[in-house]
Amino acid sequence: MNEPSHVALNEVVRHYDGPPAVHALGPIDLAIPRGEFFSIVGPSGCGKSTLLDVLSGLSRPTSGSVQFEGRELHGEVPDGIGVVFQEDASLPWLTVRQNVGFGLRTSHLSEKEVAERVDHAVSFMGLAQFADHYPAQLSGGMRQRVCIARTLVLQPRLILLDEPFGALDQQTRLLMGDELLRLWRETGATVLLITHALDEAAMLSDRVGVMSARPGRFIDMVETGWPRERDSRIVSDPNFGTLTARLWTSLREESLKTMGRAA
Amino acid sequence: MTRRRAALFVRIAVLAGSVLLLEICCRTGIIDPLTIIPPSDMVASMIDRIGSGELNDSIASTFSTIVLAFVLAIGLGTLAGALLHRSSRLRDVVDPLLASYYSVPTFIFYPLLVALLGLGKAPLVVLGVLSAAPAVIISTLSGLDSVSPVLLKLARVHRLSPARTLRWIVLPAALPRLFSGFKLALSYALIGVIAGEFILSGTGLGYAISFAYQSFDNRAMYGLMLFVLLIAVFANGILYVWEGRLARRRSSG
Repeated sequence: MNEPSHVALNEVVRHYDGPPAVHALGPIDLAIPRGEFFSIVGPSGCGKSTLLDVLSGLSRPTSGSVQFEGRELHGEVPDGIGVVFQEDASLPWLTVRQNVGFGLRTSHLSEKEVAERVDHAVSFMGLAQFADHYPAQLSGGMRQRVCIARTLVLQPRLILLDEPFGALDQQTRLLMGDELLRLWRETGATVLLITHALDEAAMLSDRVGVMSARPGRFIDMVETGWPRERDSRIVSDPNFGTLTARLWTSLREESLKTMGRAA
Repeated sequence: MTRRRAALFVRIAVLAGSVLLLEICCRTGIIDPLTIIPPSDMVASMIDRIGSGELNDSIASTFSTIVLAFVLAIGLGTLAGALLHRSSRLRDVVDPLLASYYSVPTFIFYPLLVALLGLGKAPLVVLGVLSAAPAVIISTLSGLDSVSPVLLKLARVHRLSPARTLRWIVLPAALPRLFSGFKLALSYALIGVIAGEFILSGTGLGYAISFAYQSFDNRAMYGLMLFVLLIAVFANGILYVWEGRLARRRSSG
C-alpha cells in the first residue's frame, strides 16, 4: 500500500462571504481508504452538502486542501469522481438510455463501447425495460436510479452521494440501499454517502462520521464492523440497534443546538 | 385523451355553428350585405383575389416582413433576455418596465418611425420587433429561471464547457418556456406588421385590406381578412403542434 488514503481532507475550512458571513465547515481532517463505504450524518444545516461540494472539487475550501488519489483538487471535478445529488437531476428531455449515456458524450470511447457501457449500467440498475421511457414516466426512485446509472457509466473510483434517497419513502430507501451496497461491492469503488437517516448510515457503512452543528466538524467516528457481504436484512441484527443508538447519542445534543438556533 | 377529443369536437361544432348562423343571417337578409357578406362569399372572394395573382407582391412583402420581424425579435429578445438574466442589477431596473410594456400602444410611434426610417419595409419591421421582442425577453428570463441549479451542478460535474452547458443543459431545460415566448412573438409580429401596413403603409396585405375598406369594396375586404385570419391560425397551428410534440415527452403518460 503506497497510497495512504483514497481521499483526504487536510484542515479544510469553508467560509461563505456575507452578508451575513458564515463559517460553514471545519476545520476538518478526514482520510478515507480505497474501497471504504463511508457515511456522514449530521444535524440539518451542519455543512454536509458544503463538505460534498468541497470533496468533489465543485467548490474550493477557504483554507486547507483536498486530495484525491494523491493529487490536490483545484476547483474542478476530477476524472474518477461521480456525484449523485439529492435533487432529481435527471434530464427530462432525454430518455433513460440517453440520460445514462449523457455522462459519456464528451468521452473518446467508440460508439460501440458507449452503447455497451450504457446497456450495462441500465440493466445493472434494473432499468432495462424502461430504457426508452422519459423521466416523467418514472417514479422518484426510478429517476434516482437513472442518475446513479449515469454516474456508473463513468466507472468512477469515488462515488459521492448527497442524500440521494432523501425524497423517497422508507421501503424504497431500504431497497435502494441494497442496490447501493451491490454497486459498491461489484465496482470496488470508494463510496461516500451523506445522509440524515441514522439507520441508513448504520446499515450501509463501514464507518460513519458524525458531524457537529455549524460550523461542521467530526465529533464521533463509528466503525460498524459489518462484513462486506451485507444487505438491508442486517436491520434485525442486534448490533444495528446498538449502532443507531450510538449515532443518535452523539447527534442528539447537536440536533438540539440547531433547533435552538432556528427558534 | 377522450376528454381532449370531446373538447376538440365541441370547439369545432361551436365554430361551424357560428359560421353557419352567420351564413343564414346574411342570406336571409337579417344582416345587411353591406355590413357583412356571407362566409361562403368570403371564401369565394378570397379564392378570386389570391388566385388572380394581383396580390402576389403584397403577400410576399407582408410575409417576408413578418418573418424578418419574427426572426429579429427572437434573436434580439433571447440575447437581451440572456444578458438581463446574467445581470441581476440591470434586471431589477428593467423588470417593471417589461411588466408594463404591453400597456403602451406601440402603434402610436408609427408616424415617428416613418419620419425616421421612411415609408419602406424598415418601420414595419421595427414595429413588428417592438411588438414581439419583449414577449421573447420575458419568456427567456422565465425560461432561464426555470433551469434547476442541480442541472448546472451536473454540468460542472461532467466538466462541460460553457458552450456545451448551454447547448446540452440550459437550452433544452428552458425550451418549454422559450417556446411559449416564440408563439407569442409570432402573433405579435403578425399583428404589428399588418396593423402597421393598415395604418400608413402603401404596400402589403394590411394596406390592401385598408384600401378595399376605403373604396367600399366589401367583397375584397372580407376575402382578404379571411386570408389573413387563416394564415395566422395556420402559422400558430404549426408552432402549437411542434410544441405539443416536445411537451408530450416531458409529461407522463
